Amino acid sequence: MAYSEKVIDHYENPRNVGAFAKDDPTVATGMVGAPACGDVMKLQIKVNDQGIIEDAKFKTYGCGSAIASSSLVTEWVKGKSLDEAAQIKNTDIAQELALPPVKIHCSILAEDAIKAAIADYKQRHGS
Amino acid sequence: MNYFQLFQLPAGFEVDLTELGTRYLELQRNFHPDNFATASERDRMMAVQQAANINDAYHSLKQPLLRAEHLLALRGVKISHEQRSFTDTSFLMQQMELREQLAEIQDAKDPESLISDIEQQITAQRKSLLKLLAATLAVNNPEQDLVAADIIRKLKFFFKLQHELELIEQQLQD
Repeated sequence: MAYSEKVIDHYENPRNVGAFAKDDPTVATGMVGAPACGDVMKLQIKVNDQGIIEDAKFKTYGCGSAIASSSLVTEWVKGKSLDEAAQIKNTDIAQELALPPVKIHCSILAEDAIKAAIADYKQRHGS
Repeated sequence: MNYFQLFQLPAGFEVDLTELGTRYLELQRNFHPDNFATASERDRMMAVQQAANINDAYHSLKQPLLRAEHLLALRGVKISHEQRSFTDTSFLMQQMELREQLAEIQDAKDPESLISDIEQQITAQRKSLLKLLAATLAVNNPEQDLVAADIIRKLKFFFKLQHELELIEQQLQD
């Protein structure tokens, strides 16, 4: 199956790969996985006093589409408020990356990862 | 279709594989195309379909994970085509760590010992999860069936890890 140019671009030059220090109180982490394909995705956000996502990092073990989806999301969430970031839909990700139907679950995984990171932040900061 | 019924086996996670194999061969013989050479078109088609069903059923009952999924599906818990994300953070953290260890094999000074170390971890976890799965499915109530579904999901990650490890081993040998 052929990957779209955008998927290949993110796969070959993934943005924001890595991790933030675990003990940084401004950092929140979302961990999700897809049992069917064994993909594991970690997405971290660094949030400032105003509740704006200043930076984001990810680490994904999975196929090209899963890596591209998480890479794209880290780009998209930067500069967004938590509520804005929570609005990101898997359909937007799938459309941007021109994912075929069999790879839609990769975009769902990325959406769930950012939602999990936001939930983690809110839980830690009691809001 | 109830695969256990097809092979006249009790519907449960523990299956006598020898008996399964014997029933499979019997059924295959019964529905072999040669037996239907002079049959009507309709009967021939039905035999072909039944032979395909028998193969699917055998394939599903032979493998523990597929067997567990089929058993749960019969009990009304369908997980084989789900797209819902798995969110058990501590489990996924551990998966991430194992994946990181796999990624280190290529550059390791002693890749063989790292491989056997990871393999031991995977095998041990897989064995204990399979044991837990058997016990959970044996309870046969809706609440425990949901627990069983989560154990199957975890096992899938370990089967994937095993597969990835085998790919790395092959690459090293080439």
